[in-house]
Amino acid sequence: MNKTVNQKAWFFVLPVVLLVAFNAIIPLMTVVNFSVQETFGDNMFFWAGVRWFEQVLQSDRFHAALGRQILFTAIVLLIEIPLGLAIALTMPRKGPWVSVCLVLMALPLLIPWNVVGAMWNIFALPDIGLLGRLINGLGIEYNYTRQIFSAWFTMVLMDVWHWTSLVVLLCYAGLVSIPDAYYQAAKVDGARPWAVFRYIQLPKLKYVLTIAILLRFMDSFMIYTEAVVLTGGGPGNATTFLSIDLQKIALGQFDLGPAGAMSIIYFLIILFFSWLFYTLMMKDEAR
Amino acid sequence: MKRVPWLVPTLYILFLLLPIYWLVNMSFKTTNEILGSFTLWPRNFTLDNYVKIFTDPTWYNGYINSITYVLINMVLSIVVALPAAYAFSRYRFLGDKHLFFWLLTNRMAPAAVFALPFLQLYSAVGLFDTPIAVALAHTLFNIPLAVWILEGFMSGVPKELDETAYVDGYSFWGFFFKIFVPTIAAGIGVAAFFCFMFSWVELLLAKTLTSVAAKPIAATMTRTASTSGYELGLLAAAGTLTIVPGAIVIYFVRNYIAKGFALGRV
Repeated sequence: MNKTVNQKAWFFVLPVVLLVAFNAIIPLMTVVNFSVQETFGDNMFFWAGVRWFEQVLQSDRFHAALGRQILFTAIVLLIEIPLGLAIALTMPRKGPWVSVCLVLMALPLLIPWNVVGAMWNIFALPDIGLLGRLINGLGIEYNYTRQIFSAWFTMVLMDVWHWTSLVVLLCYAGLVSIPDAYYQAAKVDGARPWAVFRYIQLPKLKYVLTIAILLRFMDSFMIYTEAVVLTGGGPGNATTFLSIDLQKIALGQFDLGPAGAMSIIYFLIILFFSWLFYTLMMKDEAR
Repeated sequence: MKRVPWLVPTLYILFLLLPIYWLVNMSFKTTNEILGSFTLWPRNFTLDNYVKIFTDPTWYNGYINSITYVLINMVLSIVVALPAAYAFSRYRFLGDKHLFFWLLTNRMAPAAVFALPFLQLYSAVGLFDTPIAVALAHTLFNIPLAVWILEGFMSGVPKELDETAYVDGYSFWGFFFKIFVPTIAAGIGVAAFFCFMFSWVELLLAKTLTSVAAKPIAATMTRTASTSGYELGLLAAAGTLTIVPGAIVIYFVRNYIAKGFALGRV
C-alpha cells in the first residue's frame, strides 16, 4: 500500500510511545545504574565502572548458567521445529477435523505458565504422577527431583508439550496459503512427494519458519516460571537457567550490581539474535 | 505415514491432552485418594476442592484480582494501540520503521530483567500492590502486540475506504469510529483476545508487583504449593479453573492464533 508522508501521525503514536517508554526506558536505565555502581545499603551508591561486567563475564557461575541456557534452547529448537513441521504437514487441510485439531492443539498455549509447571510437576511425580509411574513401571529409575538427567528430560518434554503447537500453527498457516494450482501443476509434472515438499512447500514456509525459530529462540531463552515451578532450578543447580539465576542474584541475594550487569549482558544477547532474525525476516517480507 | 496421515496429529493431540487430563482427574479426588493410591480416574468423586475455591476469599479473590488487571490491561492496550496502528498502516513519518522495531524489542526483554526495576518504579509512584501496577507493567509487551496485530488487519483494508468517507463529508474521527472501527472489528477482537491471554499467563511480574491486596491467582497457587504441604487436589482444581477462560474463547480465534503469537506477522 502506498502510504502518504504525514508527520502529524506522531500524535497518533504518542500515547503508545509514552506508555511503553515509561515501562521500558525507566526500568532499563535503573538496571544500567545498578550495573555501574556499588552500594552498601542505605541508598548510598558509588561509581564502580565496568567492574561488575568484568566480574560477571569472568564468573564460573554465569558461564555455567549461560551454558545450560544455550544447551536447553538448542535441544528445544532441534526437537520442536522439525516435529512441528512434520505435524503441520500431516494435518488435514479441509473438513470438520481442521477446527478440532486447531482448538485442541492451541490449548497448551493458553494455559498460565505457572499452571503448566504445576501440571507437569504433578504429572511427572514418581509415586502419584501418570508419567512418573509409567517410566518407573518400564523399569527405568526416574525421579526428576533427584536425578539430573530426569530433570532435564522432564523440562524438555514440558517445553515440547507447551510450545510445539506454536510451530505447528505457524507452519499450518503458511501451508494453507499455498494455492491449489501449485499442487496441480506439480501433479501434472509427476512430482514426487519429496519434490513437492522441497520445491513448493519449503520455499513458501521459509518466512513462517523464520518467525517460528525467532519466537522459540526468544521464549526458550527467557524461560522462567515453568522451570521454577517444575524443578526450582534443581537438583542442585542442574536446571538453573539464566532467568532463574538472575532472580536468585537480584531478589534472593540483593546483589544489585552483578544483577544489573548480568541483566544487560543477557538482554544484549537476546537483542543481537533477534535483530539478526528480524533482518532476515524483513528481507523476505520485502520481496 | 502415507497410508495413515491422521496418525501423527492424533498421537500428538493425545500427548497434549494427557497432562491436562491428569490435572482435571486430580482436581476431583480427595487428598487421601491422591496420596494413598494410584487411580486412573476418581473413585470417590468429589467437588470439595472446587467448593473450597468458590467459598474461601483468599482463593476467589485471587481470580478477581487477576481478572481485574487483565481487563484493565486489555482495554488500555487496545485504546492506545488503535490510533498508533492506524498511523503505522496509513502514514509514513520520521522514524516510523525504527519505532516499529523498538516496539518489537520489548517483546524480547526477559521479564526477569525488569522485575526488580519495576518493583522500585511502581513503589516510587505509589502503585505497588494495586491491579493498576500489574496492568501497566503488562502493557510493556501487550501494547506492541496489539499495535502489530491491528496494523496487520488495518493494512488489509483498502485506502479507498478512507478516501470515499472523506468525500462523503465525514470528519476524521467520525470516519474512524463510525466506519473504520466496525470494519476491523474482527481484528480488534483478536488483538483483545491476545492481550487478555498474555496478561493472564504471565506470573513473574504480576507476583513481583503485588503482595496481599492485589495478589493474582497464580501467586496464590505457588504459595499453596510451597507452604501448606500437599494440597494437590486444591492446586489441581485451581489450575483447571485457570484453563477455562482460554478454552471457552479459543474456538472463535482458532484461525488467528498463529497470527497473534507471531505478533501479527503471518
